[in-house]
Amino acid sequence: MAGLNAKVQEVFDEPGCEKNQGKSDKERKKGCTKQLQPGAAAGGCAFDGAKIALQPITDVAHLVHGPIACEGNSWDNRGSKSSGSRLYRTGFTTDINETDVVFGGEKRLFKAIREIIDKYDPPAVFVYQTCVTALIGDDIEALCKAAKEKFGRPIVPINAPGFVGSKNLGNKLAGEALLEYVIGTEEPEYTTSYDINIIGEYNLSGELWQVKPLLDELGIRILACISGDAKYSEVAASHRARAAMMVCSKAMINIARKMEERYAIPFFEGSFYGISDMSDSLRQIAKLLVQRGADEELVDRTEKLISREEAAAWERMASYKARLAGKKVLLITGGVKSWSVVAALQEAGMEIVGTSVKKSTDEDKERIKEIMGEDAHMFDDMTPREMYAMLKEAQADIMLSGGRSQFIALKAKMPWLDINQERHHAYAGYDGMVALVHEIDKALYNPIWEQVRKPAPWEQSWQQ
Amino acid sequence: MAAVSTSHKACSVNPLKMSQPIGGALAFMGLNNCMPLLHGSQGCTAFGLVLFVRHFREAIPLQTTAMNEVTTILGGIDNIEQAILNISKRANPDIIGICSTGLTETKGDDVDGYLKLIRKKHPELDSLPIVYVSTPDYKDAFQDGWSNAVTGMVRALVEPASNKIRNQVNILAGSHLTPGDILELREIVEDFGLDPIILPDLSGSLDGHVPENFSPTTLGGTTLAEIRAMGASEVTLVIGEHMLAAAVEIQIRADVPYAVFDRLLGLEANDQFIAFLSKTSGKPVPGKYRRLRSQLLDAMLDGHFFFGGKKIAIGAEPDLLWGISAMLAEMGCEIAAAVTTTASPLLERVPAREVLIGDLEDLEMRSGECDLLITHSHGRQMAERLGIPFLRMGLPIFDRLGSAHRLSVGYRGMRDLIFEIGNLFMANDHEVGPESWVKERESAGAQAATH
Repeated sequence: MAGLNAKVQEVFDEPGCEKNQGKSDKERKKGCTKQLQPGAAAGGCAFDGAKIALQPITDVAHLVHGPIACEGNSWDNRGSKSSGSRLYRTGFTTDINETDVVFGGEKRLFKAIREIIDKYDPPAVFVYQTCVTALIGDDIEALCKAAKEKFGRPIVPINAPGFVGSKNLGNKLAGEALLEYVIGTEEPEYTTSYDINIIGEYNLSGELWQVKPLLDELGIRILACISGDAKYSEVAASHRARAAMMVCSKAMINIARKMEERYAIPFFEGSFYGISDMSDSLRQIAKLLVQRGADEELVDRTEKLISREEAAAWERMASYKARLAGKKVLLITGGVKSWSVVAALQEAGMEIVGTSVKKSTDEDKERIKEIMGEDAHMFDDMTPREMYAMLKEAQADIMLSGGRSQFIALKAKMPWLDINQERHHAYAGYDGMVALVHEIDKALYNPIWEQVRKPAPWEQSWQQ
Repeated sequence: MAAVSTSHKACSVNPLKMSQPIGGALAFMGLNNCMPLLHGSQGCTAFGLVLFVRHFREAIPLQTTAMNEVTTILGGIDNIEQAILNISKRANPDIIGICSTGLTETKGDDVDGYLKLIRKKHPELDSLPIVYVSTPDYKDAFQDGWSNAVTGMVRALVEPASNKIRNQVNILAGSHLTPGDILELREIVEDFGLDPIILPDLSGSLDGHVPENFSPTTLGGTTLAEIRAMGASEVTLVIGEHMLAAAVEIQIRADVPYAVFDRLLGLEANDQFIAFLSKTSGKPVPGKYRRLRSQLLDAMLDGHFFFGGKKIAIGAEPDLLWGISAMLAEMGCEIAAAVTTTASPLLERVPAREVLIGDLEDLEMRSGECDLLITHSHGRQMAERLGIPFLRMGLPIFDRLGSAHRLSVGYRGMRDLIFEIGNLFMANDHEVGPESWVKERESAGAQAATH
């Protein structure tokens, strides 16, 4: 595990992250997230993070080396969509047993890879390390190397066992694996001056497809999306892009930065959530591409598209504005979504009464302040009980959060909307923002609220 | 009847099985004001939590000792201590249930020993029961974790009683029962004038209701006082073969006899249950159940046209597999493919040629000719590929509403299940056309040729 420790320390030292560089050496070694409190912790592990980051690669067989818990309890539960292969939704695991724990699981793993190749013939197999197999000393890196030689195709070790840290660390370790084993190993069939990478976008609910038609119209090609709706070969050849956009806050900053270092691909950090953020992102893409040799007229065309799309989106939103103006939103989410969704909701006239910043970086927090003003209510660690109280006392009209906290809102008989990875609606780009506002409107104005809040008749008369 | 075998693949594809610790944790969720705690990395808990949230559509109390690489190697006593202190401070539960995981079992943490040291150091915890069960992820499956947890609860909490309480009966409820099933069971037993103590009782905690206040622990379920009083019951009703170990434990500790009902699906199985209740209570069978039985008979008569000769593929944990396959065979179906998760004495009794301990890939390969697939929600991809009707049973069911209230026990449950499955058959009946009979003759000919 010495190699893994070195890798973890490497991602803890991130020159591309200002917050990280502001720390002392000792602080930096502890990583980005706070030490977990036993009995009071929530959230996924590093393996979960690595899987979230890579599973959207659709034609790869994602093989989890560990006991049944790691895959059996969680497979096919993420909303990442594919335009092609469905292989990524197949659950593969070595499901190790007691004998493997005693004698080692490497033989089983090797056989498992062979079975997958024989039956499913994927272009590559990703092998995910887990806690138990790491603890018993299974060397997946050496094994994947041997398997690669044996089977003549990429077998990629993803060394992010759950106990090394948080989901965020897992995202980054997944990024390291791509940098080490995948990116730059193939060449694209052809390149254009309009090739970009989108990094940290997972195509949840098909959100990439809300953005892609606009890029298509501008003649901009997504050489690789890392990793939403990606094929293995696209990621492998992504080093030939002219520019890159990094989407999900800092989760995959190591990919963006190292690709800039190694392949001179400039990147910017942007968001597809919110009308102005979407427009900014398109402008930045056009600007970077022009800097890298695309025709300057791209800038004009982009501006024209932006004004057309913005006008259309505003027109569609206008009908909601009257109904949503002044509605109070409690926004419980992490990282990038906080500031990008805040802007979007304000565009629709809503008021953000509070937002969680548990997973946000200092930079994220600054942006929230910029958008919401100095008196922004940022909660570092809001307990479920506090959320419930806030909703029950009607300090907010609706809560937007991930699936796990939805019942806090619903049991307080308050509208709730899913904005996390399991959600069923796509909210990216201009269309997505209209869709989000439409969903909020639907949730707020559903006739059930009045009914469920009214006490039963016998309780009413009893009270009187 | 069935030949039981285990899949020999190195790679499990599309798992049917889930792990022991979360089975144990769910059993603890059937206790009132309880906080289940997984001794493992935070991911172990996060995955279980997401799974149950999606299935029950409820907030799920489940905590973690948040082990990391260093604490794993050094041993998790500090993490368990901190977790217990944090939980008792923040959530003030009546009981904490700890399940180990693959991680901490691989390291070999002696949790029983740790708990003794922690109790010595913290006398303030004296009144807080803590039940620990060993549930390594790499051994057995969900249903075993449930079974081990219930045995652990009984061992730690049931007290012998000098006097039996008349008409008080224990019900040990297996993991194959939904909260809706448990509600039904309670109603049936109470209709005979009996007072049931149900362990665990998910119908109190996870039946999907809107409580007046927020609670970080379970709301509803078996109370501590009830579990302690189980020793004073006249008899223990064991619902599900995997609850037998807990029943034996109660018998040893408190001399309460038990009766096993390994399924409550099927006419005869339900008749035996009702007859037993009548005998135990000394009361005649209430008119309501005579009427419900009559309705079930009518459902069987109306439904049998659609069930006869149908080929069924089932992927389920042993007790659920046994119940549903036996009932369908008794309706004239053929159990053409049966896959399960873990060993059980029930498996060889399943009315199928073969029962395989395997995964959904194994089931898919055996289901090509089937008319119906029955398994949990993860069967959705294979049902689509095979193009056959799909009935979701078991756990998790994350793409349908009301999984907590799916009812399949008792005369009423079976009656409605016959309607539901019969309707699936009817809805998927192929329209006949001019070519239908020609094709049928051809395939009959082809079959004859191969024989």
